[in-house]
Amino acid sequence: MTSSLFKIAGGTVYDPTNGVDGQVRDLWIADGRIVAAPTDPTVRPERTLDASGMVVMPGGIDMHCHIAGPKVNVARKMRPEEKRVAEKVMRTATTHSGTMGSVPSTFATGYKYAGMGYTTAFDAAIPPLAARHVHEEFDDTPCIDKGFYVLVGNNHYIMRAIQEQEPERLKAFLGWLLSAAKGYAPKIVNPGGVEVWKQHQGGNVHSLDSVVEHFDVTPRQIIRGIALAAEELKLPHRMHIHANNLGLPGNWTTTLETMKALEGHGGHLTHIQFHSYGGGDGDEDTFNSKARELAEYVNSHPNITIDVGQVMFGKTTSMTGDGPLGYYLSNVYKSKWFSSDTEMEAGCGIAPIEYKNKSLIHSLQWAIGLEWYLMVEDPWRVVMSTDHPNGGSFMAYPQIVRLLMDRTWRNDVLKTVNPLVLERSSLGDLDREYTLNEICIITRAGPAKILGLKHKGHLGVGADADITIYTPHDNKEVMFELPRYVIKAGQMIVELGEIRDPVRGKTLHVSPDYDHGVEADIADWFEKYYSIRFRNYPVTEDYMHEHETIACEE
Amino acid sequence: MSIATKKNTAPDPSLKIVQDATCTFCGCVCDDIDLSVKDDHIVEAKRACVLGKSWFFNHHTDTRPNCLISGQPATIADGVERAAQILAGAKYPIIYGLSDTTCEAQRVAVGIGDWIGGNVDTTTSVCHGPSGMAFQGVGEVTCSLGEIANRGDLIIFWGSNPAESHPRHFTKYSLMPKGMFLPNGRKDRTCVLVDVRKTKSAKAADIFLQIKPRKDFEALWVLRALAQGLELDAASIEDETGVPLSAWQDLMDRMKRAKFGVILFGMGLTMTRGKHLNSEAVLALVRDMNAYTRFVAKPMRGHGNVTGADNVVSWQTGYPFGVNLSRGYPRFNPGEYTTADTLARGEADAAMIIASDPMANFSQAARTRLAAIPYIALDPKETPTTRAATVAFTTATYGINTPGTVYRMDDVPIPLRPAFDSPHPSDFEVLSQLERRVKQLKAAVRIG
Repeated sequence: MTSSLFKIAGGTVYDPTNGVDGQVRDLWIADGRIVAAPTDPTVRPERTLDASGMVVMPGGIDMHCHIAGPKVNVARKMRPEEKRVAEKVMRTATTHSGTMGSVPSTFATGYKYAGMGYTTAFDAAIPPLAARHVHEEFDDTPCIDKGFYVLVGNNHYIMRAIQEQEPERLKAFLGWLLSAAKGYAPKIVNPGGVEVWKQHQGGNVHSLDSVVEHFDVTPRQIIRGIALAAEELKLPHRMHIHANNLGLPGNWTTTLETMKALEGHGGHLTHIQFHSYGGGDGDEDTFNSKARELAEYVNSHPNITIDVGQVMFGKTTSMTGDGPLGYYLSNVYKSKWFSSDTEMEAGCGIAPIEYKNKSLIHSLQWAIGLEWYLMVEDPWRVVMSTDHPNGGSFMAYPQIVRLLMDRTWRNDVLKTVNPLVLERSSLGDLDREYTLNEICIITRAGPAKILGLKHKGHLGVGADADITIYTPHDNKEVMFELPRYVIKAGQMIVELGEIRDPVRGKTLHVSPDYDHGVEADIADWFEKYYSIRFRNYPVTEDYMHEHETIACEE
Repeated sequence: MSIATKKNTAPDPSLKIVQDATCTFCGCVCDDIDLSVKDDHIVEAKRACVLGKSWFFNHHTDTRPNCLISGQPATIADGVERAAQILAGAKYPIIYGLSDTTCEAQRVAVGIGDWIGGNVDTTTSVCHGPSGMAFQGVGEVTCSLGEIANRGDLIIFWGSNPAESHPRHFTKYSLMPKGMFLPNGRKDRTCVLVDVRKTKSAKAADIFLQIKPRKDFEALWVLRALAQGLELDAASIEDETGVPLSAWQDLMDRMKRAKFGVILFGMGLTMTRGKHLNSEAVLALVRDMNAYTRFVAKPMRGHGNVTGADNVVSWQTGYPFGVNLSRGYPRFNPGEYTTADTLARGEADAAMIIASDPMANFSQAARTRLAAIPYIALDPKETPTTRAATVAFTTATYGINTPGTVYRMDDVPIPLRPAFDSPHPSDFEVLSQLERRVKQLKAAVRIG
């Protein structure tokens, strides 16, 4: 890192966190961070980048994607058929080659995020037993900062602590687990449902009050128990929730109950599009949008934030920690299917899928995603995501920007999808268009705030100098898919999509304070049920490469 | 990497104890071994099996030079320079082996393959490669080994002989453990062995089905048919598989009654007639069974870190083995880019063999080709492959001398806790130097 001064001069700056909405400003950078403009007018920067006429934003932040770890890597192995027809990522003198398709290889993932102006991404579903694997892949995922969420919604120790009504033990365990995995936030996937899947053919829970056999707990208790513990541990991102009944007609009532189960505690409902369906009993003819009903609840409950999980038409790969969902999807698509159950912790399902614009279901999923962006009034509480690669690739983000900013184009696309969408959703009635400032919020400033990343998502003094500079264009997809410059921690890493300096990027994780007295009990439990030793479980500090501990504080 | 060392209170103060060390001999990757180390010898390996003990006890530091060029002692720097020249100057260089080294070293090796535009292939291509291909066809329903310990009430070994190849698999994962849902351990489980001969593992099984050699595919499809309730002709089934239809029906009844069934399959299945079709039949059968109960499958992987190799090659290139990078991006084609084939067809013109001994176990045609081209070998031991190498590096042994990461057969990553230092460099160190030099040479070519 150089301590020399770097000035980005005369750009049109969007920095919603600091109330800057398209004003011409200079940015000063030193030691990888934004610094105040020197008060001494004779001080000259060592380098100046003329950004006049260009749009300057903080680097993009993807707060929910699947880019590393066991599930992603299995999907890479499983889908050779899509790689030979996909874009080729060529080796250069300084960058590695790679493969694309719906599940890019590690180096390609880093290059493509950076090339698109994103500088931070979080993998959303990691069984802590495989944490080491993720850290290894992260080290081979250059250019971006990254972190991951730790699967806890079907963890045996947590369910037992809830059953035995020991909230303090739950809290200590959660603190220990996040520290041991060097993870960022607790993630709940189909709470209780994955454990039932492990116990029974086609097993799952079906409501917030279904009882999980053997552990005698309900999804509602799991959600509440973890929400409380996360709040007391002061986690920067409290709890990331993939609710029960994903993808099923009529699931919107479960989603509403999940929001209510938070009882005012902070919680982030992820890929909410997949959880906003009316209809029932597997009857396709009744499938419809309940985005409006749910959005009204979100609008009136500031403790809740969401990301969308936008569906885009085309082929992709479904991958989830929701084991029973994988089974369901593989039966729907009659496709190859991967499932893996991780002891004490989690499940996993993977299947190739395709979204077709002639299909009513798929067209509605696409429309419901857009409804969510357009119906949540406060852009600080809705985040852009495709749940990469589940709804589509992260490479589709520029296209989503255009759909949100250009009503005419949106309506043109709407005409090409299954016409029943107009009856079953209100997308055709929504004429809201996003401003650049609002796009900046839902792709960087908002996710940074929701994640508790105080030094990201903005361009104020002290912020990481992660900056994306765009050439303005009427077609916002063109503008956002190929930034003119991308700067990471003060280094120029991309010019017009070409990687200039493949910096490594760092891993972001938390290390909450917890009662270490719990460790003896965890060790006993470990020796009884786990297949690896307690001592060999935690990812130790010396294992980490470039990394940063994000503080747990109010 | 942390090295857990605790001063023992035992009388001998010169003994170093390494608790929960990891054995990398087979795919079980047992991480509960307590080593007692005296100077540079391991004198005790608590809980290790007979294979593990021989792995730990018979490891003594080799007195060979760190590097040999054409059989003559050389410095590591000279060896790296010569190796880099060979790899960077070749038209079709290949990199092979990788399953007995750390993921850290594997990552660098795949990187070298990328910079030189060569082939990257691992020993997977000669063991469970067919399972990898079958996996790409139908997927896999599987689990971590702890799930088998806690839930598996019907355990079927097919074409694998863990009593001799993975001795602690029974006690640690699959048969003996008292699990969360199997409080009586072995008594709560039924074990079935299917194989073409009565191996030592038969003693551990409740039921042994001896099928005709090279009839695994047919036998598995009999089970798939029975799962669907199809009527089969008893005489032809017995004639074809060597096992009466009633025995197959009994097995299918047990499979449907099981709460959590498991098929653990070995090279007896993947390396006999049918190969990937056999693996595909197992994976498809297990998938089918999930319409009736919970059922999983798992290949019994052999080498200590072959699973790590699959993972590393996959995350860097998108493909698990048999990867070609000569066009500047990864391509995958088993049979074309797998090492036994590129050598036997006389295509490869330089090679780097890491922790593997193809000179001892490849076909005559492949060995002849390897002997005729310049190649580099990295191995802790002297082997037929190191003896004929142009540049041979003697490296430290992973898990005994070097830290790092290995992946157990169920993809669980496990850290290594080395027992004592080696005078030799690690694979990672040699490969890292080599990568730097190869990159320089390749960049110079580009500019030139």
